[in-house]
Amino acid sequence: MRKVKADPKGVLEGPHFMDGDHALAEGALAAGCRFFAGYPITPSTETAERFAERCPEAGGLFIQMEDEIASIAALIGGAWGGQKVMTVTSGPGFSLMMENLGLACMTETPMVIANVQRGGPSTGLPTLTAQQEMMQARWGSHGDYRVIALVPDSPQECFDLAIEAFNLSETYRVPVLIMTDETVGHMHEKVVIPPADKIEVVERNWYTGPKGEYKPYKFGDKNYMPGPMVKVGDGHRFHITGLVHDERGYPQATVEAGKINITHIIEKIDSNRDKIVRFEADQLDDAEVVVVSYGITSRIAIKAVMDARKQGIKTGNFRMITAWPFPEKQIREIASKVKAIVVPEINYGQMVMEVERLAAGKCKVVSVNSTGGAVHDPKEILAAIKEARS
Amino acid sequence: MMEVRFSGFGGQGIVRCALITGKAISLYDDKFATMTQSFGPEARGGACSSQLVVSETRVLYPYVTVPGVLVALSQEAYNKYEPELGNGGILIVEQDLVKQKPDTGRVQIFPVPATRFAEELGNRLFANLVVIGFFAAVTKCVTPDAVKKALPELVPGRFLKANIQAFDKGYAFGNDMLAERASPKEAVA
Repeated sequence: MRKVKADPKGVLEGPHFMDGDHALAEGALAAGCRFFAGYPITPSTETAERFAERCPEAGGLFIQMEDEIASIAALIGGAWGGQKVMTVTSGPGFSLMMENLGLACMTETPMVIANVQRGGPSTGLPTLTAQQEMMQARWGSHGDYRVIALVPDSPQECFDLAIEAFNLSETYRVPVLIMTDETVGHMHEKVVIPPADKIEVVERNWYTGPKGEYKPYKFGDKNYMPGPMVKVGDGHRFHITGLVHDERGYPQATVEAGKINITHIIEKIDSNRDKIVRFEADQLDDAEVVVVSYGITSRIAIKAVMDARKQGIKTGNFRMITAWPFPEKQIREIASKVKAIVVPEINYGQMVMEVERLAAGKCKVVSVNSTGGAVHDPKEILAAIKEARS
Repeated sequence: MMEVRFSGFGGQGIVRCALITGKAISLYDDKFATMTQSFGPEARGGACSSQLVVSETRVLYPYVTVPGVLVALSQEAYNKYEPELGNGGILIVEQDLVKQKPDTGRVQIFPVPATRFAEELGNRLFANLVVIGFFAAVTKCVTPDAVKKALPELVPGRFLKANIQAFDKGYAFGNDMLAERASPKEAVA
């Protein structure tokens, strides 16, 4: 894994007053993304617009595809064509992407997919906020696989995590999802873009060996780290497929080959969980109740935690920055020390199931759920904190 | 912390008001500002609102709860949002476009003929900058310097000068009104 400084052509250095959607596009450009294929959908369209407007100056290409199925298919082609690639969508488009998300996982193709979540199911609440695809992000494609999913809480973090998403994607050769939401996507705040020489980006791991000997996959490496990539058109003969395959990429329809292949795509994430997982924890030491949250909801949760502290309730805050892989160790540890964990989210209770699984009965787990469309009232979370403690 | 709602009809530059003010505050006044806007199938002529939460520390809850300042540039916006304005809050109204209820003293009312001033400067599209100037004077929420620094990327270059004039007009009008209210006798004399 080689880290380099960002290409200044993609870096719009300086302070800006920017919304989260635009910040995603700026983060992608700063990270070296030069190919974007997408289909417009509320509330994510602004990311595509921004990328389309800005990418000619950075030397990139934007294609509006016929739909989201084609968009993610174009990313697979773009990545094997040598580019860092991205798309953005929302609920209905995210569903359409699920089949090829599996193909990207199976072919170990790096890419970044941002989902600016709106209310669902189906066309749902197009203009209103939600966090209803957190489980789809994890389980939406068929078969056993792993992805990485990040959850920004602000326009600044949309920028920062877009860079992080590309870096993780290149490091692990895996699709990385940025699971933001309408509120963060459309909210304007200060976004500081550092100079290019202060931004570290992970270069693609390029194959440098002799032609004719390239293998697109490497299984069984220490920590399951993936092998290098080549560009289509550079004269290497290789094959990639959605079928279970060997290191040459050729289909191998056997139990043994499946064991090696599938173990690899799962373990390259699971066994590196500690290196991938990011979170923010505050006031956990004496806490009786901890609020576990992510994305925009974590900001409302912090307000509720502050209000609870003012009322003398020992409350802590745990904000997931990485939703997948899930911060298992951290939640298990919290559950062993507190009376209760409160999980607010703008869905009918999704990530709370992971919290319950890891708490394993050691503490109470309270879901503060909603049917979507709006952020929580801090009072709802405060009431849950009080109830959970009693 | 201050919660501000700008409201009116689509095309009056309501969203731009919050964008300019928010940018000015968060980039040049060294405070935190979070801006959100009504987002839906609205178009020109329809009801429109934008929200700004301003704070000395990081804004957590991004939306207005009980606004301390309401800017209402249309009758519909006034009717809809005046009741939610907090007691003692500042109400800025476009005096030629809004027919107000009798003043009960619940809120502090600051009327401004923003559209008329803008037309005098050559284009009614400058009305939102008159409003920002007036808003800056009356609320002290944002400094004139910061607004002027924030303007260049947010208004077309050829209209920058006129927009600054519109801001200055609103700012002076607001300061005159404050001075008059502080010592009404002198003003009469």
